Formats: sequence, C-alpha cells, structure tokens
Amino acid sequence: MKDKGFRIIRMETLAPRIKLMEVEAPLIARKAKAGQFVVLRLHEKGERIPLTIHEAFPEKGTITIVFQEVGKTTFELGTYKEGDTIMDIVGPLGNPTEIKKYGRVIIASGGVGSPIGYAVAKAMKEAGNYVLIISGYRSKEYVILEDKLRSVCDEIIIATDDGSYGRKGFVTHVLEEVLHKDPNWDLVFTVGPPIMMKLVCEITKHHNIKTIVSLNPIMVDGTGMCGACRVTVGGEVKFACVDGPDFDGHQVDFDELMRRLNAYKEYEKLALEKFAKERGLKI
Amino acid sequence: MKVKDRLNPPERPPEERIKDFNEVNLGFTEEMAIEEAKRCLQCPKPFCIEGCPVEVNIKGFIKQIAEGNFLEALKIIKKTDAIPAITGRVCPQEVQCEGACVLNKMGKPINIGKLERFVADWARERGLEEKPTVPEWNGKKVAVVGSGPASITCAADLAKLGYKVVMYEALHEPGGVLVYGIPEFRLPKKIVKHELDYLRQLGVEIKTNVIIGKSISLHELVEEYDAVFLGTGAGTPNFLKIPGVNLNGVYSANEFLTRINLMRAYEFPNYDTPVIKGKICGVIGGGNTAMDAARSALRLGFEKVYILYRRTRNEMTARAEEIEHAKEEGVEFMFLVSPVRFIGDEKGNLKAIELIRNELGEPDSSGRRRPVPIPGSEFTLDLDVAIIAIGQRPNKVLRQGVPELQVNRWGCLLVDERMRTTMPKVFAGGDAIRGEATVILAMGDGRKAAKSIHEYLSKGESWPDEIEAINKG
Repeated sequence: MKDKGFRIIRMETLAPRIKLMEVEAPLIARKAKAGQFVVLRLHEKGERIPLTIHEAFPEKGTITIVFQEVGKTTFELGTYKEGDTIMDIVGPLGNPTEIKKYGRVIIASGGVGSPIGYAVAKAMKEAGNYVLIISGYRSKEYVILEDKLRSVCDEIIIATDDGSYGRKGFVTHVLEEVLHKDPNWDLVFTVGPPIMMKLVCEITKHHNIKTIVSLNPIMVDGTGMCGACRVTVGGEVKFACVDGPDFDGHQVDFDELMRRLNAYKEYEKLALEKFAKERGLKI
Repeated sequence: MKVKDRLNPPERPPEERIKDFNEVNLGFTEEMAIEEAKRCLQCPKPFCIEGCPVEVNIKGFIKQIAEGNFLEALKIIKKTDAIPAITGRVCPQEVQCEGACVLNKMGKPINIGKLERFVADWARERGLEEKPTVPEWNGKKVAVVGSGPASITCAADLAKLGYKVVMYEALHEPGGVLVYGIPEFRLPKKIVKHELDYLRQLGVEIKTNVIIGKSISLHELVEEYDAVFLGTGAGTPNFLKIPGVNLNGVYSANEFLTRINLMRAYEFPNYDTPVIKGKICGVIGGGNTAMDAARSALRLGFEKVYILYRRTRNEMTARAEEIEHAKEEGVEFMFLVSPVRFIGDEKGNLKAIELIRNELGEPDSSGRRRPVPIPGSEFTLDLDVAIIAIGQRPNKVLRQGVPELQVNRWGCLLVDERMRTTMPKVFAGGDAIRGEATVILAMGDGRKAAKSIHEYLSKGESWPDEIEAINKG
C-alpha cells in the first residue's frame, strides 16, 4: 500500500485557501462513518496530521476531505493536484458520531467544520431526525457546500460574520435566537473553531440541551499511542483519538484545548515560513 | 584461578555521541570477539542457557566464535533467536544469561550480548546470512497483527512452515516498538529494516497504514484467515494523575520518542514534525524507556536532563548499560522523589514540577521496596519539558466491539500456555499479553504462538470452550 501511495482523483478550490480533495482509499471508504477522521502523511519527511472525513464512497473506494490551508502540511497538500499521491493515510479513526433518533437536532458548524456538519446532518436526517443546520462563515466568499448542506436538512440558516451573505453574525448569535424562540431541541452537534464550540456549549448548557462536540486537537499517531491529543472531559484525561473525537460538550475544558492547540505555534510558524520561501509562495 | 577481565567493545566518547543519534557501542572486532569467547569456561552445566528466556545455546555459539567459526555461531543462535542483532543490543543480559554466568560471581561475566550482536552484525555486513528458502505454500493463510518483535518472530516461523502470512501495521512504518520506541543510538533502524526485509524474502506481505479494529475488524480477519496472531504490544502510555499533566511541554515518553524516532523531529524543520525544545528536561521513571527519553533529550540539545525516580538505583528496571551510558553522558539522577504537580504559566506552558521526597518502606508486590513520601519535603524544580515514562498498557482499539476477546485487569489479552486467546482462531503474545516486558520475551511468545498455530492448523484441533489463562494476574 505504502509503495503505491494514495492517489488524489479530485482537488477543488471551494473558497480562498479551502480545498476539497477526493482520494482513493478503499479500506477507509468501506468503513468510514460520520464524525471519523484519518491521519495522513504527505511524504517521507512529512508530519502526521488528522483530518476529518467529509464523505465516503465505498463503491468507488474514495473519501473526500475538506481542508483549510493553515500550516505547512495543509499548504503543501494544497499544492497537490489530481493524480498526485499521498504517501500514507490511515483510518477511519476515532469513534463515529452517535447517530440515532433524538428528535429535533441542530447542527451548528463554523467554517471548515461545515463539511463535517454535513456528514453528521446527513446521518441524523437518515436516522429520522428533524435537522436544522446553522452554518457560519467569515464572509460570502467563504461559504462552502451550501447546496449539499441544504440537501441533508429540514431547515438551514447561513450566517456570515460581516453580513455579506445570509444572516449577519456568528453561529452563536443565530443559535441564541433560535433557542430563545423555541428551546425544544433534543440535541446540538457542534463542530468548528474551538472558541465557537465553547460558546455554543455555554448557550446550550443554559438551555439544558445535550450537546456533542467534535474536537480537533493535535495528534501524532491517532491510534491511542502518544497522548498528544489529551483533553480534559468531566475532570478526567481522555485521548481525543480513541475516546473521541466526540464528547459531551458541557464537560469539555475548552480553555485547555485551545492552549494545547497553541503548543507548537512558533515551530509551526517557522516550518510554514521555510516552506513559503522554498516554494516562493505568498502566505 | 586467575580470570581475565571482561572485554567490552569500544564506545564512542560521551561528548561526541551526545551530538548525534548514531550508535554508541561500536561492536567487537573479530579478534576481540574471539578473545572474549575464549574466556568462556564451557561449563558442563551452562547456567547461561537457563538464564535465557528462549534458551539460546550460548555455550555452543561461544565455542564456535572462539574457534573463529562465526557463521556456525550464528546458525546456532538463529535456531532459537530469529533476531540476534536486535536482542544482542536490547536484552537485559545482566539479569538473564550474563547474570547467570558462573563468572558473574567474580563480576566478570562473559559479554554474551555483545558476542551475539557481533556474529549477527558480522554476517549481515558481509552479506553472508543464509538466504531464506521459501517453502511451497501449504494452502493456509495467517494474519499477524502488529509488526514488533513478537509478530516478526511469529511471521518468520510460520512463513518457513509454508504459511502465507500477511502482517498488518497501523503506523506508516513496520517494526513496532523497535522503530517508534527504541532510539537509533541504541538500535539503528537499518537493523530493523534488515529483519523486515528478511521477512519479505520469506514471502510475508507487510501492510502498513491498516489498523485492525478500525480499517478492518478483527471479526473480518478471523473470517478471511485460517488463524490470527495478535502482537499488538503495549502502546498506550500511562499518565500521572496529578494537576498540570496536560500543560504544554508535558509528554508521554511514547509521544516524545515517537516524534524523535519515527518522525525524526530532531531534524525539524527539514522534517515536518516538531518537538518542544528547551534548557531543562525532567524524565519521570526508572526503566529503559526513561533512559531512552533522557538520552534523546540530551541529543536534542537540552542543557540539563534529570531522571526523577521515586525509588533508588537498586530498584531501577533499566538495563545496567543504559544507566551507565546515561550517567556518562551527563544525565543527572535524582532518586527518591515523586511528582506532586506540574506548574505552568498563563499560556499553559510547563515551567516547573513540584516533587516530594520519599523514603523506602516495605517491599511491594513487585518485590521492590515501596517509596513512602516524607510529609513536608516538597520542593520545586524548574523544567521546560517533562517526560512521563511510568509504563504502558495494551491498546484498546483492537478490542472495541469484540467482547469475546477477554483481558485481565491491566487490559492484557488472556492466553493459555499455547498462546490461545478466548476467541477461536486467535492467538496472542508479547506485550499485548504481558504489559510492558522485553523484546526477547515477546520474541519467545511469537515463536511459541507460531508452533501452536501450526499444531492447530495441521491437526485440525477444535478450540477449547474455556482456556486456562496463564496471565490472569
């Protein structure tokens, strides 16, 4: 498997610095469920990074991943084209999101969280739930996958921070409004930037609505071997890779998660600057 | 009787070797090996062999070395030890063969480990190892899960018996703990690669990036193969349950070593994986993993590296050679201290550790004297990085959704003396059944399991309804 690598069959730009990649990974495609992720390594010198699966096509043997170019590895992945291969991909990792009939479900996603929100919304809808998607983006040009999102829910509210498209404001503002009007929701699933998830959880806690969060800490192996991804949930140390990535949002220590996400900031900056210089890229 | 002094191969000087990750011990020359082998008394009752977990014919192979028949010596070793270049480097000889050597009474045991390593290196470097002959396929397929020492041995033995063996590894590189855990300066990766190439020559197919329990379920494997061997190791690190354990800069030894060994973080930014660097590093623990972490930290450029151990030198489980090497290289040992909490700054970065001093009390279940904290003796030590090396347990991923695969209270798979688990067709060995043990014991298990799998498949035995577990704990 390693000798061949994993072939990219589609690389699409969805928004500035946000890309959708479809890659051949038959073993993963066969098993992947909503909420699960892969760990990939681009080449011999690459780091291992976790990326959440957007869609899986078992018959075709492919999965799609939406990623944002933020660090060296994602920027480099962004330079890959159709036909290029990724050296290593392992998965599907993590526990799938718990899908069942809850009743009325809100999917609150932000930015590149929305492709994962899509996967969960689709599964929730298929399980017989009434699904409302609240999806927030920076501005109009960052709105991604709108048609697909619309196809897997009963209702959708799109918001942009600057009001250039849909409702003006953050996901949290919209959520607050929705819950203020009608607090009778059975579940909120949220995925996106940690600060957004933290605030979503504060709101839902106030309304006493069960909330699942999909966490995105730093990982190395992604299989429970190192503990890089440890998070504190309900006062206990958990490994997001094998105990999560979904947790009861009301129990998660988000401040710690955010501090841990910054652990390698200087190193990441250095690696990215070096890469940009080598490739003559403006970052 | 005057006994000549024990010979040890030359080592690179500490000040030179801490600048890189290359091997420390340079190995015997032919002359030195012969000279050391000639010291062997060829005891009528060789205790050394009893001291070896896989009963290598030590007396026999040393005799051959003394006579200059290095290839013959290797053949003798390989009858029971498939990976002598590795075991010669990582076995705790001082509590096994060399500990049992009669000359040890005078403190001059034969340097069995280095002799074993010598013949393996000698043959490999000259390309003189026997080429494996691949027997005709016997029509049966066995899956081996994991690619560490237990799995390597099991796969090799089965392949030699004519089985089609497929090995599954979750990481991107095979070798298990030999590649992610043990550093280059103690076990060069090229040696592990060589053993894996040997497996491939035997017809073993190695599939990386496949995690059993996720990419493929254990049930699917059992369905597809005639038998399954689980050599999945003990890869889940234990963490201290103390405040501040999630501060940035607090690592499990597994993470720290994986970043360095597998991901080559010491070559960052030429390699993409970083590891946090600083001036002062503290490693908590007293085993080989702790020594590996401490010595790796020195090589990363930490100015001060402490081993923080709750008992004393006598209770340390690390190999004597590793402790010596660590000392020579400047690792500072602080005994009889236990961590109380990690202290960080407002950004969540580690700044210091609070420790409490211990005294030794009565022996505990391990037979070692138990550390008892002395009230009021707390003190703090500034640290940039802390590495927790207090042991590992088997990974639970494999078992998710497989309740029939039973474990003991430490999460180790239950097996009987024939390495059969509680799940029909499934065998196990190595750290997966022992918790954190040694390469040689894992290898012995792999060998035993291969024999047992062969018996099971060639005799068409039925699986027992209940197994008599040897590792209930």
